[in-house]
Amino acid sequence: MIKVNSVTKRFNGFVALDDVSIDVPDGSLTALLGPSGSGKSTLLRVIAGLERPDAGSVEVGGEEATHLPAQKRDVGFVFQHYAAFKHMTVRDNVAFGLAIRKRPKDQIRRKVDELLELVGLAGFHSRYPAQLSGGQRQRMALARALAIEPRVLLLDEPFGALDANVRADLRAWLRRLHDEVHVTTVLVTHDQEEAMEVASNLVVLRDGRVEQAGAPRDIYEHPSNDFVMGFIGPVSSLDGRLVRPHDLVLRDEPGEGAEEAMVERVVHLGFEVRVELVRSGGEHVVAQLTRTEADELELREGSIVWLRPPVSGAPRTPDRPPAAPLS
Amino acid sequence: MARLTLRFVALAYLGVLLVVPVGVVFYRTFEHGLGSVYDSITTPAAKGAFWLTVEVAAIAVPLNAVFGVLAAIALVRGRFPGKRLFDALLDLPFAVSPVVVGLALLLVWGVDGWFGGLGLQVIFSLPGIVLATIFVSLPFVAREVAPVLREIGDEQEQAAATLGANGWQTFRRVTLPAIRWGLVYGVVLATARAIGEFGAVSVVSGKISGETETLTLLVEKRFQNFDLAGAYAASALLAVIALATLIAMTVLNKRREDTT
Repeated sequence: MIKVNSVTKRFNGFVALDDVSIDVPDGSLTALLGPSGSGKSTLLRVIAGLERPDAGSVEVGGEEATHLPAQKRDVGFVFQHYAAFKHMTVRDNVAFGLAIRKRPKDQIRRKVDELLELVGLAGFHSRYPAQLSGGQRQRMALARALAIEPRVLLLDEPFGALDANVRADLRAWLRRLHDEVHVTTVLVTHDQEEAMEVASNLVVLRDGRVEQAGAPRDIYEHPSNDFVMGFIGPVSSLDGRLVRPHDLVLRDEPGEGAEEAMVERVVHLGFEVRVELVRSGGEHVVAQLTRTEADELELREGSIVWLRPPVSGAPRTPDRPPAAPLS
Repeated sequence: MARLTLRFVALAYLGVLLVVPVGVVFYRTFEHGLGSVYDSITTPAAKGAFWLTVEVAAIAVPLNAVFGVLAAIALVRGRFPGKRLFDALLDLPFAVSPVVVGLALLLVWGVDGWFGGLGLQVIFSLPGIVLATIFVSLPFVAREVAPVLREIGDEQEQAAATLGANGWQTFRRVTLPAIRWGLVYGVVLATARAIGEFGAVSVVSGKISGETETLTLLVEKRFQNFDLAGAYAASALLAVIALATLIAMTVLNKRREDTT
């Protein structure tokens, strides 16, 4: 359990966190999601004790930790750029926290072997970080953080420096790992897809404030404002209202509530097809269809279709000025 | 062709300015055979000068190494008022002529100086020579270590902290191994500077043969006394020490490149 109460943090006048409160339930995998500069990494570093909040308090594992230095918090921290100890072998890297705690040598050896097995690095124990790939280094860093049996595991954009396919693999792997070890985990990411895929709990941040917190599906289906809606998934703007592109219905003949639009571009994205349309008023709209639907409509540049906005999802009143829709 | 010319000019420049003078010292030294060289570097004055030089370096260099590492950490990791001033002051020994350093020490520690009344024998004895040597060789370690610290960043140190290491453990196990080649390189440079120092030491030492006379001072004295062979022999000894540090530096530098 992590509780952050009304934390504020400033850097030379720049407000990185503005009265932020979050609860991270025990055993959950929570993602802090937001654009760069939203304060998500700062929040994670405040939880770890790597930054001191200017105001507010932090509880880790039911214990008041606001003034506890990082070394006494029992948190495992994984950095975006691995922070591997370059002059140590994989074994010594993973053993570091246990060696600091002066555990018996054979116990350390056993624990390290076990962890290297868990992260798929068995047999790599005598290598140096420079001899590992990025994905392997990050798994070593995870093993190193897990070795101290932390009360919470904090991951700061852990896959941010990796290739797209390695990222996807590691995400799925992290999800499985979490199911195995159950340690309360907080993941920082700017990638909504990553957050949706991995986390059981989301906290969306913007400009140092929490915009919305909850289960990924709830946030996706009931975003509290246009910013969250735009950040958490693709959006199209229709008469000033944000809609999901896959909620737009396209027909090849007129129908009730439908209006004419011209296809400007058809983009094939594997299973899905993105259709860029121009409405009669000149407004641009993006719709997303399955390939089957698109094939039936025989869409091509310049063809005319009838566009129907979604019936459900009544217009929301944004509680803050609407953000520019992300495309 | 242009590259060949450039290479030739560079080599000729180095040759005329560096290799020839040093080579001549060795040639003149061994011109009359090994026996006379051996005799002139084993006189009591020469032996005393050699050991004094070693002793001074052995005190000044470790002190500067410790200071240099602390200064580099303060400069790169620290946030404190007056940091830029500290940074600038650190280069003072590069900027000030050693003779001026010697005179300044005389003004502070001499009989009529600020601390002259304390009754400490600093000037014309070992402490004065050590102080002068520390002054002139001060910046080398800090200037070698600081860029290495900057390059490795502080993430490894933060990682060590989250894993439970305290400040000293983090320094011992993470920071020091990461900066070790920079540190060694700085120590070698500081040693070379300490051994070769002449100006500042000549002002404060008093040049008492066998007591406060370092190798460089011995060379100067023999030269002034028209003992050219003796001066060459002592110079050769200095040059050998300097070359040894230079070779050590090159070897270490290569190892540094291999390990990073």
